[in-house]
Amino acid sequence: MLNDVTFGQYYPVRSFVHNMDPRAKIVFMIAYIVAIFLAKNFFALAAVTAFLILIVLLSRVPFGRVLRSVKMILFLIVFTAVLNLFFYSSGAELHIIWHWKFITVSWESVINMIFLAMRLFLLVMGTSVLTLTTTPVALTDGIESLLTPLKWIRFPVHELALIMSIALRFIPTLMDETNRIVAAQKARGANFETGGLIKRAKAVIPVLIPLLVSAFRRAEDLGDAMDARCYSGAKGRTKYKKLVFTWRDALGLIFTAALITGIVFLNLYLGGKFAILDYFFTK
Amino acid sequence: MRIVAEGLTYTYNPKSPFASHALNGVNVTIEEGEFFGIIGHTGSGKSTFVQHLNALIKLTGGSLKVGDYDLADKKCDFLELRSKVGMVFQYPEYQLFAETVEKDVMFGLKNFHKDMKEEEMRAAVKEAIERVDLDYEEVKDKSPFELSGGQKRRVAIAGVIVTKPEILILDEPAAGLDPLGKKEIMDLLHAIHGGWCKTIVVVSHDMDEIAENCTRAAVFSEGKVVMEDTPAGIFRRGDELLAFGLDLPVTAKCARILKERGVEIETDFTVEDFITKVLAEYGRRQG
Repeated sequence: MLNDVTFGQYYPVRSFVHNMDPRAKIVFMIAYIVAIFLAKNFFALAAVTAFLILIVLLSRVPFGRVLRSVKMILFLIVFTAVLNLFFYSSGAELHIIWHWKFITVSWESVINMIFLAMRLFLLVMGTSVLTLTTTPVALTDGIESLLTPLKWIRFPVHELALIMSIALRFIPTLMDETNRIVAAQKARGANFETGGLIKRAKAVIPVLIPLLVSAFRRAEDLGDAMDARCYSGAKGRTKYKKLVFTWRDALGLIFTAALITGIVFLNLYLGGKFAILDYFFTK
Repeated sequence: MRIVAEGLTYTYNPKSPFASHALNGVNVTIEEGEFFGIIGHTGSGKSTFVQHLNALIKLTGGSLKVGDYDLADKKCDFLELRSKVGMVFQYPEYQLFAETVEKDVMFGLKNFHKDMKEEEMRAAVKEAIERVDLDYEEVKDKSPFELSGGQKRRVAIAGVIVTKPEILILDEPAAGLDPLGKKEIMDLLHAIHGGWCKTIVVVSHDMDEIAENCTRAAVFSEGKVVMEDTPAGIFRRGDELLAFGLDLPVTAKCARILKERGVEIETDFTVEDFITKVLAEYGRRQG
């Protein structure tokens, strides 16, 4: 059950995207998110989709794998989509399809719903490509490197990165531990699968307490081990793996810049998302 | 209850780049009344195999029967099976959670026998705690977290044997204990064995433990059973074991050295038997 978590799970193949600099990938991801929110019409969104498909193809991660990450927030997408469908309103006049008390479904709200759902889909899939193609360690290295300027205002960048990498490092360990404790309690007849909400919540206690105890024990051990090896913070530390910016990243940069420019132009010349309605209703 | 496994296969993370075949067709039969040892490297599939025995891992390939329970049958009552097949995991002290030792030991009882009376439960808990050589009155109201490491492990074992399982499976029960602690745990298992607990299955990579305690043993390698025999039979094939990257018990190592010097000793590889045989041989040679 716990092995099904795709979010942040590295997919180990060699590819163009895998070999990119994590810093570059993080920057591209931010640019990609900006692009999604810049997009004002369906043509622009289609451009983003095409860009995503290209990236996934280049990354050699199966599409099914990327789609699986959407499953986790499917509820959120459906929920916001439904709210938007029923409660959309704007200053302009709406082309109403169905109206009941305070609920209004209009062509505008349908379009808005589709637009929003697409945005969320693209957002989640794009960000999961980053985590599927970058090891957590590379990701924290990248974040640390990108945040370096903050050192000028005395922000503890190194410590933050250390906390992140330790947290990431212990996710699989604690997951293993959880599985083991669940198995041990199951062997003693614990039941996690049936019963009401309260019963299930109670069933978690025999797992949670040993897990907490062991997490504290591990934290203490790790602290001792770091002390024993004279760890004293960021000062004078060097990196085992240096990050290098290569031709791949330069190429990515060109692509991303092209995407953003393209979207700005599509926005400018092809109107807003409701332009399609004008086409239908003016005829 | 007899355990019969035929062609058992299991794959972790199937259909992904992380797929690993833990079991590749395991065939093994454990008779009722045995003190069975399971030997193997880390990753040889031994832990995966034993977790099949009480359906903690669902059967995906092959067949497995534990007494009258057919684990391939979807209608099999797994809860009842688990009450009859007790499982003590590696470092079982990490499973303790309740406020008091008594409550923790009672956990299994409450899960398996929902209609049992409070007094009966207390009596069973008292028996289990005393069975593992702890003072019931002294420990019952203590928090399990304030006990020593060895005591914690005993409490955890008490929490499994409290339901009196017919088959008791232990994964490295003596791991991390000092020699005295190891011996005490093994003595405890022998004391339980033969009463309500008919069969004991011990997973171990301590060869001395296997040689000393088991009636029979199986050697796991790369998800298969490569040897299934009495400890004497297994350790007589020392070269093969070494080829699998496994160790030998001290007695077998000594026997090999003696053999190189031209002294053949016929032994079952328990320390006692080995010493007697060596002394007898020495006496014979001295005349």
